[in-house]
Amino acid sequence: MAATLNLTVNGKSHDLRVDDPQMPLLLALRGDLGLHGPRFGCGLAQCGSCTVHVDGRAVRSCTFPVAQAAGKKVVTLEGLGTSSKLHPLQEAFIQEQAVQCGYCINGMIMQAAELLAKNRRPNESEIREALANNLCRCGTHLRIIRAVKRASEMMA
Amino acid sequence: MLMEKFSRRDFLKSSGALVVTFSLAHPLAQAAEKGKAAAKTVALDQVDGFVAIDAKGRVTVYSGKVDLGTGIFTALTQIAAEELYVPMERVSLVEGDTALTPDQGNTWGSLSIQIGGMQLRQACATAREALLAQGASKLGVQRGDVSVKDGVISARTGGKGVTYGQLVGGRNFEMKVDGKAPLKPPSEYTIVGRSVNRLDIPGKVTGRFTYMHDFRRRGMLHARIVRPAAMKADLLSLDDSAAKKIPGYVTTVRKGNFVAAVARNEWAAIRGAGAIKASWSKWEGLPEKSRTWEHVRNTKVVRDESFQKVGDTAKAMPTGARQLSATYDFAVHTHAGMGPSCAVAEYQGGKLSVWTSSQATHMLRRQLAKMLDMKADDIRCLYVEGSGCYGRNGHEDAAAEAALIAREIGKPVRLQWSRADEQVWSPKGPPTLLENRAALDANGNVVAWEITGYMPNRPKGFEVTLTAAELSGLPKDTAFPGNIFQSLAVPYTFPNIQATARWLAETPFKPSWIRTPGRMQNTYANECFMDECAAAAGADPIEYRLRQLKDARGAECVDRCVRMANWTPRGKTPRDKGDIARGRGFSYTKYELVRTYVAVVADVTVNRRTGQVKVERTYVAHDCGQIINPDGLRNQIDGNVVQTVSRTLIEDLQWDRSMVTSVDWKSYPILKFPDVPEVYIDLIDRPTERPWGAGEPAAAVVPSAIANAIYDAVGVRMRSVPFTPDKVLAALKTA
Repeated sequence: MAATLNLTVNGKSHDLRVDDPQMPLLLALRGDLGLHGPRFGCGLAQCGSCTVHVDGRAVRSCTFPVAQAAGKKVVTLEGLGTSSKLHPLQEAFIQEQAVQCGYCINGMIMQAAELLAKNRRPNESEIREALANNLCRCGTHLRIIRAVKRASEMMA
Repeated sequence: MLMEKFSRRDFLKSSGALVVTFSLAHPLAQAAEKGKAAAKTVALDQVDGFVAIDAKGRVTVYSGKVDLGTGIFTALTQIAAEELYVPMERVSLVEGDTALTPDQGNTWGSLSIQIGGMQLRQACATAREALLAQGASKLGVQRGDVSVKDGVISARTGGKGVTYGQLVGGRNFEMKVDGKAPLKPPSEYTIVGRSVNRLDIPGKVTGRFTYMHDFRRRGMLHARIVRPAAMKADLLSLDDSAAKKIPGYVTTVRKGNFVAAVARNEWAAIRGAGAIKASWSKWEGLPEKSRTWEHVRNTKVVRDESFQKVGDTAKAMPTGARQLSATYDFAVHTHAGMGPSCAVAEYQGGKLSVWTSSQATHMLRRQLAKMLDMKADDIRCLYVEGSGCYGRNGHEDAAAEAALIAREIGKPVRLQWSRADEQVWSPKGPPTLLENRAALDANGNVVAWEITGYMPNRPKGFEVTLTAAELSGLPKDTAFPGNIFQSLAVPYTFPNIQATARWLAETPFKPSWIRTPGRMQNTYANECFMDECAAAAGADPIEYRLRQLKDARGAECVDRCVRMANWTPRGKTPRDKGDIARGRGFSYTKYELVRTYVAVVADVTVNRRTGQVKVERTYVAHDCGQIINPDGLRNQIDGNVVQTVSRTLIEDLQWDRSMVTSVDWKSYPILKFPDVPEVYIDLIDRPTERPWGAGEPAAAVVPSAIANAIYDAVGVRMRSVPFTPDKVLAALKTA
């Protein structure tokens, strides 16, 4: 059943007409709002490439119904920092060159941002555990761990 | 900075440079007179195939090799900027566009820098030499009396210079690539050899980068494929009445067994495909998974082909003091990129454009022309970077499916595969069985060495059958598994060697090349067996290799690894007694026996109770000659190791008699953060040597190093990849 939903994404309010309120939030962000940050990886909440923040919580937007995001604050990779100032995680990922293909990196950064909001100085095993359900196929894990560590130091 | 190499004396010494001066300056002048650029050539032997410089001096370089997430976009830019004496910021790179970039072959085989980069370097050197000659003439000085900096050519005596833009701006070079054009001496490098930050990373960490999956065309529709219920089932009936009721649904495309749902948005396409009722014939042509190796061994052999023959192993084998044999197998693996394959196709007025993440846009164009019975000239394939690609995965298949749909509906269409499409329908690394035999002399040294690899046959073409052609019944190519015979041959100096590929008539799944194809499997068998021989000889595995390795550069690589890992001779070290046993293993390769050297030590723990193997850390010494970007190289080595630890310990495609049943990340798990080993790297840089590849070689040695470490820890030989807990427990039980 078609419906109009109000979404706040990266601080901007959008009225979105959707045919199916069960449509995953990811498809609204990518298809309707044209965002590139959150990525489709599996559609099964198994890999983490689609991670966004809904009211400050990291969620898998590929299985999160768009209707449930209505009235909530959605933040994507594009809205994590500001145009003039990157988020420390984004800075740190650049400094550590913690990217190969980069397809998973949206999820790594968004998941790590949630971790750092809860735990400002995670140790290495806490970082590994926090990212345990974010998959990377290129094998960039070690740099990602270093980047998260670096970001936590930058935020201290 | 003055360029010493352009001294008059050197100039006169070099007849090649003389040719450049007289024959190449002329066409430039001609082009200037015409004042108009000719059509962009993609010829491999033409400078214009690779380089263009506009009036502002901005350089565009064209590369048939593409960045699959490896960082070569940046590395190739470094090479071009260095050779042209311009800052990197002035260089832009166009990748994998059949209308614009030369056909430098697929982006495969760790050849992008080694071959692609060197073709680009030579073209840039040729262009720069022509510009120098032209610049000297314009400045009214001798060719040897000019220098170049930042794209400005100046007389050594001073005065106003002339820019590249002024000389050639916007016009063609109209000259052949000169294989003898002098290259910039590595001692003068300011860009190559530096860990320049990758150009794509800022966009990728802020969501500004456009991946294939982000690419859009105006009026574009979305498609989703309805797949057969069995790999080779036929479509019996189709009912799309429920799909048509979904808001946004447009149409169903059916051609043979090819069925696609097309809609105005992605969600409607996904829902539509799910609502289509299709019934399929029964098909159970896959071998029983539990009897894979029996199946492989019983498959018809097309022929045996020898890839290394030294002496006469048949004669020498019985003369040894003792004989050893072992059989190794290596499971079916799938590419499983993080993003599913995706493409956009547009068919208009008899012309087809396809945007794709294909590693092989030129090959794809030939395949599309065959499938669609079109002229290749009427097809343009354009590379757009996608999710990481480690070989011939589903990108070409998605592109061909999108092309087929676009031609049927006459509108631009975007096709993004589902996760299940990716895991199930992309081609696979074939099951590989390897048999080793050796005879040792009284000192334990190898007197005869044999390896026979059972692997799917390689037809002459390099293509892999497109799913769209298979399903629709349109003309198709036969499948090619890659050069999987490589590294059957061994890098050691044994008096008698026989390395044989036993080409099989068929293989259960459409085979293709997946990172380090064949080299990984063959090196696994050879380097595990080398370890078995060392143990039989009572020797330390590294000392044993070194005494039979007559290759100074290889020995240096081994030595650097040994020192980094602080290796102590094995064999006499007591094994841990408790549940957790620690072990270290070693492996070595000279990739394909002609290039990159890698030596690796892996430290593992084996849990005797659970059978769980954990790779704690690896030490990699790596010599690929001249290093273009050390940090980029380290990133690749990390990736090689981590991805191959995943393949070695976990990955094992599952199937029943009808279908691949590894459909997602639960049924095809890969290594996760808590289990990722540390990777310590020693880069051996040889700036004056030619650069070799690095995208695959470090992966080749990982499975054998882990197997050898497990032996060191618990005394059992793991001869079947992956080393899952049940296999380790079974091996421990029989030990």
